[in-house]
Formats: sequence, structure tokens, C-alpha cells
Amino acid sequence: MRFRTIAAGALAAATMLAGSACSAGSLGSSDDEGGGEGGKVTLSLLVDNSEDTVRAGEQLAKDFTAKNPDITVKTETRPAGTEGDNIIKTRLSTGDMTDVFMYNSGSLFQAIAPQKNLVDVSDQAYNGQLDDNFKKTVSADGKLYGVPWGTFSAGAIMYNRAVYAKLGLQVPKTWADFMANNAKIKAAGKVAPVIQTYQETWTSQLFILGDFHNVLAAEPDFPDKYTKNQAKYGTDPAAVLGFQHLQEVHDAGYLNKDFASAKLDDGLRMLAKGEGAHYPILSGTIATIVANYPDQAKDVGLFAIPGTDAAKNGATVWTPNGLYIPQTTTGAKLDAAKKFLAFVASPDGCAAQTKASAPTGPYGVKGCTLPAEVPQVAKDLQTYIDGQGTSTLALEFLSPVKGPALEQICVEVGSGIRKAQAGAALYDEDVKKQAQQLGLEGW
Amino acid sequence: MVAAGARAAHRGSGPSSPYPHWFYAPAAVVFGVLFLVPTVLALYFSLTRWSIFSSEFIGFGNYAQFFQEPALVSGLWHTMVYAVVTSGLKVVLGMALAILLTSQIVARGYLRSVVFFPVLVSTIGVGLTFVVLMNPERGLINQALGAVGVDGPGWLTDPSYALLSVALVDVWKGVGLATLIYIAGIVSIPQEYFEAAKVDGASAWQNFKKIILPLARPATVTVVILSLIGGLRSFDLIWAMTRGGPGFTSDVIASVIYKQYQAGFYGLSTAGNVVLFVVVTAIVFPLWRFLNRKEVEM
Repeated sequence: MRFRTIAAGALAAATMLAGSACSAGSLGSSDDEGGGEGGKVTLSLLVDNSEDTVRAGEQLAKDFTAKNPDITVKTETRPAGTEGDNIIKTRLSTGDMTDVFMYNSGSLFQAIAPQKNLVDVSDQAYNGQLDDNFKKTVSADGKLYGVPWGTFSAGAIMYNRAVYAKLGLQVPKTWADFMANNAKIKAAGKVAPVIQTYQETWTSQLFILGDFHNVLAAEPDFPDKYTKNQAKYGTDPAAVLGFQHLQEVHDAGYLNKDFASAKLDDGLRMLAKGEGAHYPILSGTIATIVANYPDQAKDVGLFAIPGTDAAKNGATVWTPNGLYIPQTTTGAKLDAAKKFLAFVASPDGCAAQTKASAPTGPYGVKGCTLPAEVPQVAKDLQTYIDGQGTSTLALEFLSPVKGPALEQICVEVGSGIRKAQAGAALYDEDVKKQAQQLGLEGW
Repeated sequence: MVAAGARAAHRGSGPSSPYPHWFYAPAAVVFGVLFLVPTVLALYFSLTRWSIFSSEFIGFGNYAQFFQEPALVSGLWHTMVYAVVTSGLKVVLGMALAILLTSQIVARGYLRSVVFFPVLVSTIGVGLTFVVLMNPERGLINQALGAVGVDGPGWLTDPSYALLSVALVDVWKGVGLATLIYIAGIVSIPQEYFEAAKVDGASAWQNFKKIILPLARPATVTVVILSLIGGLRSFDLIWAMTRGGPGFTSDVIASVIYKQYQAGFYGLSTAGNVVLFVVVTAIVFPLWRFLNRKEVEM
């Protein structure tokens, strides 16, 4: 085991050397490659393996080739979550990355050392057309490295409007109201008040990550202090609430019976069919409901994860993912890759994505319009984004500090294995490693 | 050639090889490049904070941090439980199956291959299949239990069963190899012992206790060592079935290390691998010495 791992490490190191040698060589010979005017170029594109992303990737590739017949784009997929992070980092460090790739913006983007690994696209014409909030999340040292892929989304509670109508419930503005609704749903029987899907561990984090609007409402300087190691989840009274909420819904018996073995698709099915009432999840997943249960999609709405103060109610928002070019892409491929990025960052690119699956929120490109018919979830999200002070960017866009084990900790807290307070303290320990790895001050 | 070799062997006082030293070169290069260099590099990188492209020397910081890792203590304990449970069951079941399969039974050759078959199947495939079978609501196992009125547990989702469920699958998959080793051990016992025992009127139990058990000792040593090493560094089956979950309840050292690597803490995970190497050596080496010494004394 050990030898094998080490051998793999050495191999990786050797490939890294070989890779950098190669790219240096091909830089010198880029003139000949540019000479092939009529030459066909094939770009490889790495995307995550969720249904919507793959559909969007293929549609973008198709529409782009229709406009640029000399360039074809082939999509490859990778898993989402920490496994995907690992693949991205390994492929970047071994010089084995595809010509173009899609990856998170925000703290995960910062963790792949953009200055060293990605091609700077600040000088491109579309720079002025991108949403300013988005640009901040794909920039490092004042340089822009990516264009938006997909739409803004929220980490919020998607709920079944049919269940709400039948039981005469109101959208809750505070956590107490939310728990009261859950009690009524449970009393009515049959429907599970809260859906959780811990077999796919990343889905367990929304009660914490999506609660950030409430944390910031209570403590406006939290991200700054958090980055400087002055505020912690375990000791901050506002931040620890997310962990407590996660424990409360489990302890009250509000979860679906198969919460430990269910996956994301099971959760979306339960929500669409009204077998469950609330599902704390990223709003972008509504596209899967629209694709698989078109008749039920209108029954699904969205509300922000409620906090303590009804007056400060609002949603935690994720910016679109980014599309990046690694520095290993050179010559004719680099030119083609830049064209592809320009296409994705144009209204045509948005149109291609809209064709692939119903948009679930605003795009990150100015001039992109949403079709008249959008899912109810997108409408509900738009209200939060348009409102004054009713939306906040998620913590991962405001601070580079994010621990890798949050999903496992959330599964433990949400399954009653660990208490909320202990979970929050454990997460603080986990975060410390990431901060040290990034070389931040004060850790 | 033979004469030259013999001459070379006689030359000098110490033991010398019949081959010139440069014969060792190809093997030495392969060993050096693939094993020696990486080992030294690993020791160095375990002392650094190593990101994608740069590394910063931090002394024993990684080791200090690795031992503070909350998942590590439980991971160590889970590793021990897993190794002992799988190793023990493989010894007991392997011995029982081997005795059955060396006796005069119908379709012996067929049964031997059936027992060995799971060893040949891909571990990941076995893991994913059992995830489906062990699903608490829709899995075949709990549906079968439900048919006879038993309410089966969440094999992989209940924190108190997850690790043991994976261990049982490991035993199912690995017992064939243990059986094979035991069959070889039992078959190689000279028939004279059994004939003599028969003359003395020994029962089947006495046959087992006085002849098979002591004389199959080399087989037992092999099975214990192999399955213990396998259990201590087990990773693939656990990762395919639970990913260390739910939460951290089936995390073993290897999966803790893998998660550090996944998170990009390369220096930390390299330090973890060095620790794993030391732990496995510290357990297996004395055990091997102990078991072999007993054999000599016998």
C-alpha cells in the first residue's frame, strides 16, 4: 500500500516535470500550429457528471461548433464533491488537464492556485459584460481567470406548494415558524416534513452553508474575522445555530425514513411527488425535477432558510461555476479555447444553456435574458435577489477558508451520531488545516 | 560456465556470488527508481506543507497534526477491529471449509471452485453489489429477512453495524484464499499419521485436534499474516461501500489518509502513509517472529 502510494507520487512528480517540459517546448513551436488555417481543432472539456451540467456542456459544444465549424468540443465528466476536487487538483498538478474545464468559483477556485495553473483572461472583450459579483469569485490578484457557467443559485429550502396549500401553511420567516410547520405536517401523517439524503454526503451541508445570510445579518464582520481565525463556528452564537438546526430536525423525527440511504435523486423525487415537504438543497437542482417530473415542477417553490429575526429574512446565494483554461493549453488549442470561453460568456452561450435545461436563476452575463416560462423556484429566487438586503453571497465566496470534512460532520450531526456543539467544534479543527495549507495569517 | 561458477564460489573467504556484480544493475535500477527514491522523497515530503506546486519545510508539524486528527484515533481503533474480525473469521471459516472440502463429499471439485470464486471478482464490483443488496429499504437481504418476519437493520447506514457489515463482505470475498491455503496444508499432512490414529482408535475430533490443527500450523501462520496485513491496510472495499461513513463511523487509517490527500493536504497524507507503514510493521513483524518461533520449537 505504502510503496504503491509513494510510487504513484513519484510517477506524478515525474509526469509533472515531463508536463512542464512539454508545454515549454510547445510554446516555442506555436507558430507552426498557428499556420494550420484550415486545420481542425478538437477541444476537450471537463465537466461534473450531474445530469444538468452534462446536458448544458453538450448543448454548448454543439452550438459552438455550429458557429465555428473548425472547432469541435468533446465533453468528459468527473464526479462532483471532494472526489471531483481531487481529480481537478491531480490533473492540474500533473499537467494532464483537459483544454477547458468547469469548476467551482470562490474558495475552491482559490485552492487550485489560479496564478500558477490558469490562463489569465482579463484582456478579453467580454470582461465588461460579466456580473461584478461573479467576477470577484473567479479573480485572484486582480486578474480574471474564468467565465460564468450556469446561473446564480441559492442554498435554500425547496418546498412542495401542494402540501402547503392542502394544510393551509404559510412560508415561514423564522426558524420557530418553520418547526411549527413541520409539526403540523408530521401530525397530518404520510408526508415527511424534512427530506435529507445522506448517501450523497454533500447534500447534508445546506442547513449550515445556507444559513450564512442569517449569520451575516447578526454579525456583519464575520467573514473577515473568520479568515483571521478570530471567529469560530463552535464559539460564535449565530454561526453554531446551523448545526443546532440540523440536529433539531433529526431529534424531532422530522426526517424521511430512508434519510441515511437516500441519494439526491431520491430526495428530488420525494419532493416533486409530495412524499416530502421540505428539502434544504441548492436551487439549481430544480432543473432535474423539471426534466424528470415536468408536471410536478410547478408544485415546487423555494424559501430562504429561516433565522431568528423575521425582519432580516433572506437567502444565501451561490454564484455560477466558472469555466477555465489551464496553462497546459497552448498554441492553436489556446486560441480555440479562448473563442469557446467568449462564446459561453455571450448571450448565445446563455441561449444554449437555456435550451439544454430550464434556467433556475439569473445568468452571470449582462444581456442574457430569461425565457418567459421559468420554474417557480427561479421566480421565488429572483424575488430574493431583487429585494433590498434579502440576499448574501455564501461564505465560501467571502472567505477562502472552507474545511473538507464538513459533509461528513453534517451527516453525523444530522443522524444523531454527534451533538451539534461537538460537530461545530470538530469543523473548526478541520478548517484549521485548510487555512494552514493556504498559508493564511493568524493560524 | 559451470566450472567458472564453481571456481568463483570457492574464491575468497566470505560467501560470494557466482555472478558478476553488474548482473544486479537492472534490478537495482528498477528497485531504486520505483521504490528507494520514492521512499526517501516520501520521508522528505512528509516533513513539508506541500500544495500543488510548492512545498514548505515544516519539520514534524504534519506528524503532530496527524496525531491530533480527531478521525485518526477512531480510525486506528476501527482498523484494529476490522483486521482482527476479518482475520479471525477467515482462520475459523477457512479451516472449517478446508476440512469439509478435503473430505470425501459429492462434487468436491465444483464446491472448491465455488468457494474460491469470490476471490477472483473485482473488489469494487463486490462492494457496489453489496451496497445494493444491503440497502435497508429496497435491498434483497432485508426483503428476505422481512419475508420471514425479521426487521433487518440498516447494514451500512446504522453507525453500529456499518464497519462490521463491510468486514463480513471482506470475509465472504477473502475466505476462498484462506480455504485454498488450508487445503494445501491439510493435503500435505502425511497419511501415515491418520492411519496410525485409526489403529489407535482415535475419534474424528481427536484427529482434528491432535493431527490437523498442529500440522497445519504453517498454513495458519500464512493465513493470519496475510489476512492481518490485508485487514490493516484495507481500503478499497470500505471506500466502495461506505466511504468511511456514515460520518466517520467506518473510517480506517487508509481512508483517513485518502481523505487528507483528496482535500489537497499532500504533506499531511504522506506523513499518514509513513505512520501506516510503521504501524503495520510494528504489528506484523513481531507477530511473524512469534508464530514462526513456535513452529521451530515444535
